[in-house]
Parts: sequence; structure tokens; C-alpha cells
Amino acid sequence: MKRMSFGQATVDATRLAMREDERVIVLGEDISWGGNFGQFRGLLEEFGPDRIIDMPISEALIMSASVGAAMTGLRPVASMSFLEFTMGAMDEIVNQAAKMRYMSGGQVSVPLVLRASDGILRSSAAQHSGSLESLFTHIAGLKVVAPSNPADAKGLLRSAMDDDDPVIYLENKSITAKRGPVPEDDHRVPLGSASVVLEGTDVTLITYSAMALRGADAAATLADDHDVSAELIDLRSLWPLDFETVASSVSKTGRVVIAHEAWLNGGLGAELSARIGEELFADLKAPVVRIGAARAPIPFSPPLESAVVPGTDAIVDAVLRVLPS
Amino acid sequence: MRPPTGPATLAGFSPEVALPIHATMVRIRVFETRVTELFAAGRLPGFVHTYLGQEAIAAATCRHLRDDDYITSTHRGHGHAIAKGMPTNRLMAELFGRETGANRGRGGSMHVADFSLGMLGANGIVGGGFGIAAGAGLSARRRGSGQVAVCFFGDGGINKGTFHEALNFASVQSLPVVFVCENNQYAQFTAISRTSAVGDLAIRATGYAMPGTTVDGNDAGAVYAAVGAAVGAARDGDGPALLNCVTYRHSGHYVGDAEVYRDATEVEQWQAADPIGRLEEALVGAGWVDEPDVGAVWEAARTETAAAEEFAASSSDPDPATALDYVYTHADGVDP
Ligand SMILES: Cc1ncc(C[n+]2csc(CCOP(=O)(O)OP(=O)(O)O)c2C)c(N)n1
Ligand SMILES: [Mg+2]
Repeated sequence: MKRMSFGQATVDATRLAMREDERVIVLGEDISWGGNFGQFRGLLEEFGPDRIIDMPISEALIMSASVGAAMTGLRPVASMSFLEFTMGAMDEIVNQAAKMRYMSGGQVSVPLVLRASDGILRSSAAQHSGSLESLFTHIAGLKVVAPSNPADAKGLLRSAMDDDDPVIYLENKSITAKRGPVPEDDHRVPLGSASVVLEGTDVTLITYSAMALRGADAAATLADDHDVSAELIDLRSLWPLDFETVASSVSKTGRVVIAHEAWLNGGLGAELSARIGEELFADLKAPVVRIGAARAPIPFSPPLESAVVPGTDAIVDAVLRVLPS
Repeated sequence: MRPPTGPATLAGFSPEVALPIHATMVRIRVFETRVTELFAAGRLPGFVHTYLGQEAIAAATCRHLRDDDYITSTHRGHGHAIAKGMPTNRLMAELFGRETGANRGRGGSMHVADFSLGMLGANGIVGGGFGIAAGAGLSARRRGSGQVAVCFFGDGGINKGTFHEALNFASVQSLPVVFVCENNQYAQFTAISRTSAVGDLAIRATGYAMPGTTVDGNDAGAVYAAVGAAVGAARDGDGPALLNCVTYRHSGHYVGDAEVYRDATEVEQWQAADPIGRLEEALVGAGWVDEPDVGAVWEAARTETAAAEEFAASSSDPDPATALDYVYTHADGVDP
């Protein structure tokens, strides 16, 4: 184990994958300078400009060239820095990357990783903040992961790079600087495996990405101040979804709060809540409650920003609401 | 654009090259003519865009390509598939939606692909091929394979932002990609003169510091010569080129198009400038073939298309139980 930041952990994963497999290349804007959050630092020096490719500000091209390269023998990692910039490449993500294997009748796979920073950080404002994961989890053919800590950041990136299908790798910018212990070897976290961060008996708290950290704070407050034992799940992988882990927790606690930074309507929480209702109705002792951002573009002004985004208190309140009074 | 006249150019051609190109053009013509009839008779699902009238471009271009070279194609992709070597029975079966089709019936007309032949797929998204071709070129260079990628696209596609992004990138990286515009002068129902600020589309290459050439796209010899230069340069590491091949659709945008937007005289004149007729005139004129040879090529194409239809019609539909196959790799039939 070595302590490193989330960003450094992803460099570590990329370096190991690139040493092992000549087919891996990285394409993105400004990446030879290390990336906005240090996610590519040092890679140019080791692998050179043929593999660490600074791209023009042409998001559609970054994505479609990655699709073309992936279908012809390479394993590209495309970097979009801010997730909002992928909106200029949605055709390439949705119509090309995601559908190519199916449309071709299984002739080809599209092994690529799209890395993008999502989440909310210090007044980045509406076009540089947000959580758009459900745009991607909605699409058949894509996989989506959203790690919450450096060890998972490394392990999930490694698995995403190993995977033969397009994987959207969401790195929340509010936590990319956070440090934590990271295994130094070839650490991998399989796609589709949630982690039970904290075992508990009274309520299941389902989170991912930055909300997993706020969920941990909320669980501590609940234990200390309210004598509530919360089971904290960090999904890590948003598609494939580890519903088995969710189900075994829900059947134990019977009470569920889902917390994400994304808007509630049509969000991943809605999907989870629906599935829990459909498949685990008999286990439920209270309605499933969701926490998410208020339905506004993320504002610039700091007090407005915090008003829109749910914090630890909102999670604690939600949990207290699903418990018997 | 005024329709060109006279026989196709034979300079730069030899019988060994010209005759297979002619045969490919005739095979496409006969195939697409039958596809038109089959669609009109309600025997093909979906909708189809035929390549009738543009045969010289795919046939002459692909003659320069190795089996492992790449092409990207468009919604009007049957001609590209045939020219790159896709067996017509697998193509026809795909149009019928059969399990024996090139894409096992999952793609249909607008997505026909054969990755074993470097045919990276027709594409239902106008402009969808530009970046894919650039990526294939990047991949070829990285692997040192000597492959080139040819991106076929229409005059309508040239107005997509992806055209700009891909040509700029291919040029700045000096990638082995040749961009072949099939300028049939209309995008659906709108004439290119109404949507492009420049009339001669080859001028656009200037902004990307690559050669741009306008070619008579109904002259197989002229296309062959121009593509030869561009593919040769790309393979030698000299970077990409843009070719503006001027041509004309013999029929509507799709089968069933009422074609109210084209002037009947214009259509007639361009049909008279038929690329196959002009090539045959040149071939017979030069004594490379005689009339019975030409007739035999058409007869063979009719036999082939009939066999393809028979194969497709008698093939099975995909099993509905397999609808979830091929969404994800290593996960057929299940949603991981
Ligand atoms: C992105 C996108 N926009 C619009 C369409 C609808 N559409 C299909 S074909 C076409 C015209 C394309 O014209 P062109 O590129 O000249 O090709 P042609 O049909 O003439 O071969 C249009 C607008 C589409 N398929 N994709
Ligand atoms: Mg056109």
C-alpha cells in the first residue's frame, strides 16, 4: 500500500496497463501537460507522443477516432477532461461506440475507455459542474463506473482498460485530489461489484462517487448522534449494476436511502428505487427515499451552489425519515 | 454542374485493371436494380438508399485497396461493400434481415459491415465515418501496418463539423487517410449549391493543408487515376487528401422518393452520362472488349444477383431468443 491521490492512482493504473500492452494509447486535450487533475502526469515522458496524444479541441473527433482505433486493433483511452465536453461527442458515444458491436452482429468489439471529470467543485458553474451518469447508464452497449477513493480509482480504471466494451469512467473532481492507500501491484476492481463500506442493520444507504464520502460522514453522525446503524454501499460500478449486493442489504434492513449528486428525475436512484420496489417489495418497511441535486443547472454563487447540492445533513435527515419514529 | 460527356478515360488504365472495375460496376448496378424492385414489392424491411449511378467511385477506388485496408461508408453503402469484396449473398441476406446476413440481420442496409475485409460499416449517421476513418488511420500508423483508410462520404456530409475535425486532425498528424466525397449534388432533397458556401468542394482541402482534387466521378478512369495518387501518397506516409468526385444519383434519395426537387431534364442528362455506359464505350472503342464480352459480364451479374436473392429469401430469420446477443462482448444473451 502506498498513499496517493485519486489522480495519481489513475496514473499508476494507466502506466501499468501501457507497459503491459502496446495497443493502449491515450488521446485528449492538453494531456501531455499532465491533465487538469494530474491524471496523466509523467505519462508523456515514459511513453512518448505516439501514445500520449495531444488532441485538437475536437471532442467528436477524439471520440470517433477512438472508436475507429478501437475497432482496428488499438485500446484507446479518450480523455474529455470535463464531462460536459462529452456533450459535443454524444453521437460518437451513443450512435457509434455503444452500438457498433450490436449493429455488426458481433463482428467487432469497441474496447475503449472514456475518462471524464464530473461532479461539483468550487463554483465551476453550470457548464463545468454536474452529474450526467444516467445519460450513459441509459444506453445499451455502454458500461459506466464512478469510483469514490484512490484504491478503487486505480482498480476500476485497470478493469475498464481490460474490458472489451466501451466504458465511461467518471472521476469526480471534488475528490480527485483526495489521498488514500492504494495497492502497488496490479490491483483490479471488477466491473459490476459494489462495495459494502460499512455494515449496518437499520437502514441501507446506497451511494457512489463523491456521495460515498458524504454517506460515510452521514453514517458516522447517525451512529454517534442518533444511535442508528447504517449499512453503507458504494456502488462503484453504475452499469453493470451489482443489484445482488443491494438486494441482500435491503432484505436485511428493509429501509433504503439512495444518495447521488445527480438530478433526481430519471436518475440512477430512480432506476434503483424502481427495481427495489419491483423485486424486494415484501422486504420493505418504508418507502425508498432518494436524495439528489435540485433540478437546476449548478449555480456559480457559492451559497447557491451549496443550496442545490445535497450535503451530509440532507442524507442524515433522509435516513431519519425512513426510520420508525 | 453540367453533365460530362464522352467515353471514360483510359490513360492510366490497363485491361487487367479496367475490366474488373467494369465488372464490379455492373455487379453493383444489377444488384441495386434488383434491390429497388424487391423494396418496391415490399420484400425488404426498413428503407434503402441505392448506389445507382455512382458505381465508378466505389469500384475504381477499392481497386487500389488491399484486403486489409479500411473503408468507412455511408447510408448509401451497398456499392462500397460490394467493391470492398463483400459477397452479395451475405449483403442481400442482410437487407432481408436474415441470420445469414453480413451482420446477422442486426444492422440492415444502413449498417452493413465486414470487418474481415476492412469494411468498417455503412453508417446511418451522416458524417459518422470521418473520425472513424481518422482513427483507423491512426491505428494503422501506430501498428506500422502500411494500411490506408478511405472515407467515403456525400456532399451533404461535408457540412458536418466532423468533416472539419477529422480532416484537420488527419492532416496535422499526416495520417494515411483518403477522403472521397461522392458529390451527387444533393443531400436528400436539397442541392449542395444551396448549403455550401464554396461551389467546388475540393477548395475546402486548402484549409487543411492537404491536396484537394475535383474529379469526374462518372469516369472510372479519372477516379482510378486520382485515387491512385492519393492512396499512394497516404501509404507512403505523405498524409491525407480530399477528392471531390462529382456524380449523380440515378434514382431518388431512397427507394420510393417522389423526387419533386430535381428537374426532369437534369435527371435525363445525367442518366445519359452513365458511368457504366461511358466506360463500356471506351473499352469497346479501344478494343479491350467486344460487345459479347460486355454482355457476358451483365449476364454473370444477373446470375449472381439471382443467386444472392435466392440465398437471402431461403435463409432463416434470427431467433428472437438471441435479441440480446452482441450488445456486450463475452455476455451474449444477458445484460451484465
Ligand atoms: C446526422 C444526420 N443528419 C441527418 C440525417 C438524415 N439524412 C440521411 S441521408 C441525408 C442526406 C445525405 O446527403 P449526402 O451526404 O450528400 O449523401 P447522399 O444521400 O447524397 O449519398 C440526410 C440529411 C442523418 N441520417 N444523419
Ligand atoms: Mg449527396
